Amino acid sequence: MLEIKNLHANIDDKEILKGIDLKVNAGEVHAIMGPNGSGKSTLASVIAGKEEFEVEEGSIILEGEDLEELSPEERAHKGIFLSFQYPVEIPGVSVTNFVKTAINESRKARGLEDMPANEMLKMIREKSELLEMDRKFLSRSLNEGFSGGEKKRNEIFQMAMMEPKLAILDETDSGLDIDALRIVANGVNKLRNKDNAIVVITHYQRLLEYIVPDYVHVLYNGKIVKSGTKELALELEEKGYDWLKQEATV
Amino acid sequence: MAYTEEELKKELETKEYEYGFYTDIESDTLPKGLNEDIVIAISKKKNEPEWMTEWRLEAFRAWQEMEEPEWANVTYKKPNFQDISYYSAPNKKPKYNSLDEVDPELLDTFKKLGISIDEQKKLAGVAVDIVMDSVSVATTFKKTLAEKGIIFCSISEAIQEHPELVKKHLGTVVPKKDNFYAALNSAVFSDGSFCYIPKGVRCPMELSTYFRINQAGTGQFERTLVVADEGSYVSYLEGCTAPSRDENQLHAAVVELIAMDDAEIKYSTVQNWFPGDKEGKGGVFNFVTKRGLCEKNAKISWTQVETGSAVTWKYPSCVLKGDNSIGEFYSIAVTNNFQQADTGTKMIHLGKNTKSTIISKGISAGQSQNSYRGLVQVSSRADNARNFSQCDSLLMGNRCGAHTFPYIEVKNKSAQIEHEATTSKIGEDQIFYCNQRGIDTEKAIALIVNGFSKEVLNKLPMEFAVEAQKLLEISLEGSVG
Ligand SMILES: Nc1ncnc2c1ncn2[C@@H]1O[C@H](COP(=O)(O)OP(=O)(O)OP(=O)(O)O)[C@@H](O)[C@H]1O
Ligand SMILES: [Mg+2]
Repeated sequence: MLEIKNLHANIDDKEILKGIDLKVNAGEVHAIMGPNGSGKSTLASVIAGKEEFEVEEGSIILEGEDLEELSPEERAHKGIFLSFQYPVEIPGVSVTNFVKTAINESRKARGLEDMPANEMLKMIREKSELLEMDRKFLSRSLNEGFSGGEKKRNEIFQMAMMEPKLAILDETDSGLDIDALRIVANGVNKLRNKDNAIVVITHYQRLLEYIVPDYVHVLYNGKIVKSGTKELALELEEKGYDWLKQEATV
Repeated sequence: MAYTEEELKKELETKEYEYGFYTDIESDTLPKGLNEDIVIAISKKKNEPEWMTEWRLEAFRAWQEMEEPEWANVTYKKPNFQDISYYSAPNKKPKYNSLDEVDPELLDTFKKLGISIDEQKKLAGVAVDIVMDSVSVATTFKKTLAEKGIIFCSISEAIQEHPELVKKHLGTVVPKKDNFYAALNSAVFSDGSFCYIPKGVRCPMELSTYFRINQAGTGQFERTLVVADEGSYVSYLEGCTAPSRDENQLHAAVVELIAMDDAEIKYSTVQNWFPGDKEGKGGVFNFVTKRGLCEKNAKISWTQVETGSAVTWKYPSCVLKGDNSIGEFYSIAVTNNFQQADTGTKMIHLGKNTKSTIISKGISAGQSQNSYRGLVQVSSRADNARNFSQCDSLLMGNRCGAHTFPYIEVKNKSAQIEHEATTSKIGEDQIFYCNQRGIDTEKAIALIVNGFSKEVLNKLPMEFAVEAQKLLEISLEGSVG
């Protein structure tokens, strides 16, 4: 599904990603952990095609296709979805209108007609129920005045609507209360299938109890310094990052 | 419906008139320049009664004494008023024989706006065959209005057919000497619309939804007078979303609204004059005076979407004379490239318990300058006057400007005035967020701008709102990159 090879990326001539290799197969869940500022969100943005970042070296390949030349929207059309660590507000644009536009733009890119209104409404109903969302949110301006947790839940609602191939969830758990975390994680699990893949970026073991990863990677200072199975997350919870930092500098 | 040949011919004639391609005075253009003889000649050509000629002359004499105003936040080369021809007979001959001859860029815009081929031809000035269907629609339209006693015709026709109404109301809201451009308009106005709604009548349709097309052909100095008699209601639509290319650089219109006791007028404008090219060359100067008078319990709402003109100077205002009267102003002004707009409103509270609301949304892109200028005035006897103003500016890029000039003059202690202003920028983060969801940048901007403008777009009649939305998208195309 996704193959990242020796990826180096800069912002303003400062190197943030310093050679990342990562392979994610369809049906898998990968977790990326690592201390603040290690480059997790940067990696997510670079995969999504954010133009402020310069890819200096290496490649990102999605289903055999090099993404280098593709714009962020083209990548989205190919099935990449990013649940933002900090979702932005768009005043005056309702959640429904935004999601509808997003879905229809992606359909257009694939040569499909707009989704018929009744189908759209049915889907909105199903997915908002899946995430136990209050329907009132759907007519509110996107993220405007949403609490931290509401924003995150709304991101996963969009993911459910867009049905991506590769979803990257950047700290979706931060801001969610205990009940919300369970609901959102269950929602994500229901969206999993053998054809899609999920990359979860998190600081906490708790999320990984719900969304059980096949692999865990530790990103430190722009590099993946350790990979393992879900037990690695437990080890990190216990020991912190210091031992890895030392290992990395040796 | 079966037509006799004779009936059909007659219908087609009136039709032609409504589209502004018809005039009963065949005439050439008057020589350039402006003096009393020219004013008299204009009045003669239009076969006006003497009182009208006198009225124009008074306005002209006043204009001569006046100075072109300079307080607006715009800079432009002042027109040479002696180098303009102030009268030319409406063009009866089509400009083109087929759409192939029309500027492809213009046609492209028409297509994006979803304007039908027939309509495109009319707007571009291509010869058209009038289809049977639209003839009968127009006929039913006229009939419905006549049954209710509503008068809706050109101002020239009104001067001929309803002189008492025109004489009574013309210039009562915008006096001849009100300002430089209003005086000029009063002296030389070419044509415009007149509308009268009798006592207690609710006009059953949006005036001009159908007649919209002919608005493209109205002249340089347009004059509009809308009179809503006691307890009546009318919703009036002005303008056209299609880009109006006009050789005339200077446009100075006057619109007067009169809402008598318990009457309500909704006046919606979508204006899209040629703004000049990307380098800022050409484009229309639009200096408009719009004002409405509210008697007791009356209400006037101005809603406008302005995307055109190189230079715009426009302040639709409400004089809240009657007790409990209400004035509203909802505006979206878009400027791009080198456009300059200085627009806003005046709410003059004279009566007791008068209320006004101002919602202004300015969107600036390119190197344009967008200014809001608003006056809220409360007179000493206007007890319990209330105003709420909200001015929001949206900037795209770093080279444009947004300015807000609110003036508040309150002479009564019981007044409640609230003013809110915000300035925001379309952020790269917002764009990236949309991009990530598969929405390209052009569409993302349209979405953000529509969201920003929503409160005002919602005030427009449904059909107009959809067109206005598309117009916003088109006006801002290519503005971020
Ligand atoms: N736009 C930018 N300009 C300058 N530096 C940036 C920019 N974006 C990110 N960085 C820097 O890149 C580094 C990695 O940031 P990133 O947001 O990827 O970290 P993270 O691993 O997601 O951290 P956290 O766990 O706190 O979310 C940080 O040092 C950050 O300051
Ligand atoms: Mg981060």
